[in-house]
Amino acid sequence: MDKYVCIICEYVYDPAKGDPTQNIAPGTPFEDLPDDWVCPECGAGKEEFEIVK
Amino acid sequence: MIAYKIREGIYWVGAIDWHLRLFHGYSTDKGTTYNAYLILDEKITLIDNVKAEFTEELIARISSVIDPSKIEVIISNHGEPDHSGSLPKILELAPNAKVYCSSPNGVKILNAIYGDIPIIPVKTNDTLSIGKRTLQFIQAPMVHWPDNMVTYIPEEKILFSNDIYGQHYATAKLFDSGNDLATIIHEAKKYYANIVLPYTKQANKYNDLIKDFDIEMIATAHGVIWKDNLKEILALYDDLLNSRKKEKAIVVYDSMWGNTDVMARNIMEAFMEKGIEVRLYNINNTEDSDIITEIVDAKYLAVGSSTLNNNMLPKIAGFLYYLKGLAPVDLQYIAFGSYGWGGQSIKQISDFLDGIGYKPLIEPVKMLYNPTTDGLTSLKQAIFLALDQQK
Repeated sequence: MDKYVCIICEYVYDPAKGDPTQNIAPGTPFEDLPDDWVCPECGAGKEEFEIVK
Repeated sequence: MIAYKIREGIYWVGAIDWHLRLFHGYSTDKGTTYNAYLILDEKITLIDNVKAEFTEELIARISSVIDPSKIEVIISNHGEPDHSGSLPKILELAPNAKVYCSSPNGVKILNAIYGDIPIIPVKTNDTLSIGKRTLQFIQAPMVHWPDNMVTYIPEEKILFSNDIYGQHYATAKLFDSGNDLATIIHEAKKYYANIVLPYTKQANKYNDLIKDFDIEMIATAHGVIWKDNLKEILALYDDLLNSRKKEKAIVVYDSMWGNTDVMARNIMEAFMEKGIEVRLYNINNTEDSDIITEIVDAKYLAVGSSTLNNNMLPKIAGFLYYLKGLAPVDLQYIAFGSYGWGGQSIKQISDFLDGIGYKPLIEPVKMLYNPTTDGLTSLKQAIFLALDQQK
């Protein structure tokens, strides 16, 4: 599963960890995050994320 | 109007906004400045711009030392209009100039606001030689916009920090030492509290990047240039970046018939009797931005409102939303208020403060109409007990 980085604030979404602040379970791929999920650090939407190469 | 030399070949060419009193919700009771800097080197360089309405002031100051058409390099550390508003006019006057800004967010912001302009995107540790001097760029994303960056000149040991270390403070004395130190430190704290605070995590990342830099001067984009009081401003930032707290309480309230006011004064007295620094604010008399400045280093926050039409009073609701956005950390709260019937406001306040992650110091306190002596005594006792249990 790929990590994704927020191009606004550089937060990295790690699917292995999920996002406990928004009740996203560990093991959730970025693609499966709900449409209203936002960057937990700056509030940017999913469209502001890029795959970490 | 003239340019003011801050170093050999480097000039302040900014603008002083003496009359600004409101900056989207931030009460700027001392006005502000928009600092821009001109460097005379092989490539004539302008660091940052000014708010659009001050464009002529910027041009006049530049023109006092050089023909603006000779500018080749424009650094845009931050695209917010108070630092970029004059950019289109400067590009018109300086047709050979290129705008250097952070990648990708500076490019997106400047293109969105000013359309297709000549931009060269830069990233952290990219450098640009302008002759005898090197410009080194360090990105500071979300301190406080996506595009923020700072520019360092190693040969001069000057950090052009844009908003970071800034103050909304109009002054004709450009350097820190020409101004009252307590005032400028307070204004720097107020600036951090109202602009940078929710991005403290990102500000720490920025701080890690620059902490080993040899700095003799911090040329901000608002307020004074730090030179003789670097130790003081960096100590303030160290406290803020580490969210250091004092034994300090803030009481904020609104009252319809003076009963919530009586409760607020008794809560204030309880902290005072315990020897704890405490400040009392009626929300009608003090700007939100001044209250937040005091909350940043406080451990306790009491918020009170009487109940009006089954709700808290609207100015307290406005204050709570402002607080939520800026998100000061680690507060223990007291929710309180007087009521006649219903009394919903007190639970609304405690629910809101629970929701943003604060812990109650004592249970919410509601009093029917006029507080009684017994009621006030037990309120103070509850605070004493809770404070004693902290030790």
